[in-house]
Amino acid sequence: MQRSTLKAWFLVHKWTSLVCTVFLLLLCVTGLPLVFWEEIGHLTGADPDVAPAAVGAQPQNLDDLVNQALSQYPGDVPLFFGWDDHSPSVYVNTGARPDTPPPEMNTAILHQYTGEVLPAAQFNEGVMYFIYRLHTDVFVGLPGMLFLGAMALLFAVAIVSGVVLYGPFMRKLSFGTLRTGRSRRLAWLDLHNVLGIVTLGWAFVVGITGAINTLAKPLEQAWQTEQLGEFAKRYEGRPRPATFASLDAAVATARAAEPGMTPAFVSFPGTGYSGDHHYGVFMHGNTPLTERLYRPVLIDVETGEVTARPQLPGYMTTLLLSQPLHFGDYGGIVLKVLWALLDLLTIAVLVSGLYLWFKRGSTEARVTEIERSGLTAEAGVAR
Amino acid sequence: MSRAANAPRSPFIAPAWITIASIVGLVSALVGDGVFDAISWLVFGSLVGLFIRAWIKRERKR
Repeated sequence: MQRSTLKAWFLVHKWTSLVCTVFLLLLCVTGLPLVFWEEIGHLTGADPDVAPAAVGAQPQNLDDLVNQALSQYPGDVPLFFGWDDHSPSVYVNTGARPDTPPPEMNTAILHQYTGEVLPAAQFNEGVMYFIYRLHTDVFVGLPGMLFLGAMALLFAVAIVSGVVLYGPFMRKLSFGTLRTGRSRRLAWLDLHNVLGIVTLGWAFVVGITGAINTLAKPLEQAWQTEQLGEFAKRYEGRPRPATFASLDAAVATARAAEPGMTPAFVSFPGTGYSGDHHYGVFMHGNTPLTERLYRPVLIDVETGEVTARPQLPGYMTTLLLSQPLHFGDYGGIVLKVLWALLDLLTIAVLVSGLYLWFKRGSTEARVTEIERSGLTAEAGVAR
Repeated sequence: MSRAANAPRSPFIAPAWITIASIVGLVSALVGDGVFDAISWLVFGSLVGLFIRAWIKRERKR
């Protein structure tokens, strides 16, 4: 590689890394507890332990469960109803109005078979929610999300440029070379390279899927406008119904319409997920892959009949598939632990990169160092 | 010794294998449970192991 080309890649790596490193450190540190959100919830009692259903017990009527949840929050309206795939519990989100945003929602967790309201913390309160907001939007909503998404993209560029520089640097060295007995700077540089390459594929995918996740709100809005808007037009000029048909019957209708799938959650009219005149019954499969891919079944809230079963557009499928690849919650506790270890190694890459920047010399000296695989005079200098 | 044996190995071979393995590990657990999960664990466990191996074999002396 020509020296001028190497210098250009070095500058790209240096500046993309510098700009995003502090934010990436924030994302990696806050992401660590979020990997174990479910386990922390159980340990702290924030998520209730749900007793298994009695043998032969039948699930409660869904309308009764919604009414039970509403009795906890007088004056609220139902927003979402969802099932927990791993326990016999359901959740009901309620709010003062149909378009209540998530931070203002109330949530009731109920036993699906007994109807008992379970003592559970609100999802939008507590330390974990604080960490979650810090990780996703730094408490400033969409602008914060998009900013963090841009930082994730810079991180991806830093990874690619780092790989380009790794080639000439490692030309005369074996894979995994760690020279800790020479200068401290060389030890950190080798550590940066080894860790950077070991975490290369994982960090790139987690970074890119993180960037995609920051587009969740705009993508959901585009989907609602394009696809749901098409169905909403048929109801133009008609007021939102004051009374709704049975939710229990609507879910049964959706089950019959998609027999190979199970319901994941239901959106009520006015929440933005199913227009003003429909229940949106979001069905999903039961494999790690298909449980992320929803199939909405729109049920008319007045007649209880199926209006449409639209396919999710490609960008929504991409968004939904990018979520597990970012969260690492699809391969059991072992994958979560490995995810956390790789996260810690990525933190070490970032910290070592910062150290190398603080101990930087001239750009020319650094480019020469890469050309000579770190075999410069400095390599032999005492710490 | 053959000509191929004398040819220097590209420094990009290891990153290429690590990238391919990481993609396999990421996709595997998404495709199914059981053995698919185990493949993911093996891949990512090996990546962590690669670093541990490098650390154990580090050059301590000048």
